[in-house]
Amino acid sequence: MGKRRRMGEGLYRWVDERFHVTPLFDFMRHKQVPVHRHTIWYYMGGVALFLFLVQVASGILLVLYYQPNQDGAFDSVRFITTKVQFGWLVRSVHSWSANLMVFFLFVHMFSTFFTRAFRKPRELTWVTGFVLLALVLGFGFTGYLLPWNELAYFATKVGTDIMGAVPLIGEPLKVLLRGGDDVTGATLVRFYAIHIAIIPALFTMLLGLHLLFVQRQGMHEPEYVARLPEERKSMIPFFPNFLLRDTLLWLLVLNVLLYLAVFFPWELGKEADMFASAPEGIRPEWYFMFMFQTLKLLPAHVLFIEGEVLGIVGFGLMGLAWMLVPFWERALARDGRAPWPTVIGVAGIVFILVMTIWGYLV
Amino acid sequence: MRPRLRGVVVACAAMAAGAAWAAMVGAQDVTTTADEERKRFLAEDQCYVCHQEEDMLPEGFDDGDVHVQHGLSCAGCHGGDPASDDEDVAMSKAKGFVGVPGKRQIAEFCGRCHSSIDFMRSYQPRIPTDQVAQYNTSRHGQKLREGDTNVADCTSCHTSHAIHPASDARSTVYPLHVPTTCNHCHGDAKRMAGYGIPTNQYDKYVGSVHGTALLENQDTGAPACNDCHGNHGAMPPGLTSISQVCGTCHVNNLQYFSATRMAEAFEEEGFHGCEECHGNHAIAHANDDMVGTSGDAVCLDCHEEGDDGWESAAAIREQLRTLTTTYDEAIAKQGEVQRKGMDDVDIEYLLKDAHQSLIQARTLVHTFDPEKVAVKIDEGLAKAKEAVTEADAAVEEFYFRRRGFGLATIFITVLIVALAFKIRQMGRG
Repeated sequence: MGKRRRMGEGLYRWVDERFHVTPLFDFMRHKQVPVHRHTIWYYMGGVALFLFLVQVASGILLVLYYQPNQDGAFDSVRFITTKVQFGWLVRSVHSWSANLMVFFLFVHMFSTFFTRAFRKPRELTWVTGFVLLALVLGFGFTGYLLPWNELAYFATKVGTDIMGAVPLIGEPLKVLLRGGDDVTGATLVRFYAIHIAIIPALFTMLLGLHLLFVQRQGMHEPEYVARLPEERKSMIPFFPNFLLRDTLLWLLVLNVLLYLAVFFPWELGKEADMFASAPEGIRPEWYFMFMFQTLKLLPAHVLFIEGEVLGIVGFGLMGLAWMLVPFWERALARDGRAPWPTVIGVAGIVFILVMTIWGYLV
Repeated sequence: MRPRLRGVVVACAAMAAGAAWAAMVGAQDVTTTADEERKRFLAEDQCYVCHQEEDMLPEGFDDGDVHVQHGLSCAGCHGGDPASDDEDVAMSKAKGFVGVPGKRQIAEFCGRCHSSIDFMRSYQPRIPTDQVAQYNTSRHGQKLREGDTNVADCTSCHTSHAIHPASDARSTVYPLHVPTTCNHCHGDAKRMAGYGIPTNQYDKYVGSVHGTALLENQDTGAPACNDCHGNHGAMPPGLTSISQVCGTCHVNNLQYFSATRMAEAFEEEGFHGCEECHGNHAIAHANDDMVGTSGDAVCLDCHEEGDDGWESAAAIREQLRTLTTTYDEAIAKQGEVQRKGMDDVDIEYLLKDAHQSLIQARTLVHTFDPEKVAVKIDEGLAKAKEAVTEADAAVEEFYFRRRGFGLATIFITVLIVALAFKIRQMGRG
């Protein structure tokens, strides 16, 4: 035992002499996480991160068998789910985990918003988080097409058509994404490249930055906690106390994920037929539904502007404003308290919920 | 507004208005329909104008008639001068007026055009022109020549003045309408009284496998009366031709049957080939119970216990029963796989193969040779059994997944509990 311990210490010294890791370990040892009635929200980002890691692992396994071409895509996914050992589980976990990740990201984002965690000095943490959410939606949009089934094919057609309505850059962007005028095998290859190479590269960089910011600046304390005298604040060490709690929650989420994958295996549907007419009930993924439903409800023309264009530009501007919240929220605040951003946040959630439910009901 | 600018605006507005007007005129030209052309053509035809004014258009006249559509008016068939509004001139013999043809003249009357390929090819290059020749050989034509004016002529089936191509759904000879058209006469007991033929063919046909396919399922590929009896050369199929008639669609059945000893025996005995076992107008969907040595088996009509045919029938029936039983078991198992939400694509393929073999085995029944039937039965059995095995494996996989999930949950729960204790312990510390 003593010999093994000496070997471990020797290895640590070897690494420390070269990379000076002691300050890093000291930082981790001293890092504290506040404990209060909103602590639960601290875990949401961690859950999303865990699900992202599940995505990476399951995605790598899927890539071993997936064939990114028009003739092979559907059959290869079917092969994965029917012939490959535990392929059904990997694919189902990948699909469910993607959806759970989006859900937890939304929870993470709104909890950050309502606790005002985006305020100075965490403006860039919020901005990188927002871009990460946008990239995750990009993951979802591009990944949806990859099984090359009927619903995905037509939903991508509709989705890219909507993208084409963006003023000025819409049409070239649509052609660029589709790899031509229509959704074809070329689109599939592009979406595959975007899904497994381009977005992951951007995502990894931004995620690193986001986590670095979080570690460097520590956890945000809600205003009522920050005002408390130091001796009345309750804190726990990040390592290992908080991390163990994180792990416990990850295990719970893993169990839920396995339950969903086993009892509700993700369906494959019918293979896409480019010459068939669009089936009824084409819907985007649930997290795009509120935008889809809004665009459906807009009239053909509002004054002299096309309804769809107005909707897309509106969503674009709202997204931009949401990303820049840390820079304008203070302006709406009264005496350091800001009721208006809360109203806006609640209105946003209500709007998303109503439109999503409406979209599924009609 | 500055004068120069105002001028430019006015000029632009004038150009836009001019372009719009030109576009409207062009659009009107394009929208001139064939319907309007026909109306214009009829309005210039004095036969039509007078007969319409006097309310003397022939019964059932339809200006959508194929002849009118192609610019052939009354005079095209009846002669006369359609340009004259003077009745005496328009309907004078000097102008070639022939009036209404008699029953015996109708075939030749229509044949003046329809038997001339030189004339008909200008309308349809591939149109047949042997209708009159065929009609003359038909039972209808023969009877007419014998002086029987009760029989069908061209107009009985095609009408006189509302004629449409057989491919037109409005036509009386459109496949879906043929049974009703024939039944108009053949279902009339009074009209058929002197011929000694039944009048319930239509009722039988409606309930038959062919009638159901055509009239209920609207499958225009299913046989109507004319597909077996012919149309212009309509005849009841004779002894020698009955199998050929069925064989035009049921090719393999005929081929297998013709090569058997039974075909020769049928001919010697004067039996009606296919009809002997399957019937004619009321022909039912063939089923496995028709073969064998018990119940409704048609083999019992001729064979007795102990003869070769009896043995073959029993053997074939048993073969079919074995395959259908295994196939049905596989279908039931596939249902269970589907209900459990498991993938059944491969099972579906195997079942399709098994079903194909079953169909081929049923067709091979017409060889009356158990060894030949056995080839397809064995193929089908192998596929059906494979489907059963696959289905069992899928069901087992279903439970394996649940057991796996249970074990994983136990493992994860143990980890969670251990972690919870550790966290609690650290909290106390």
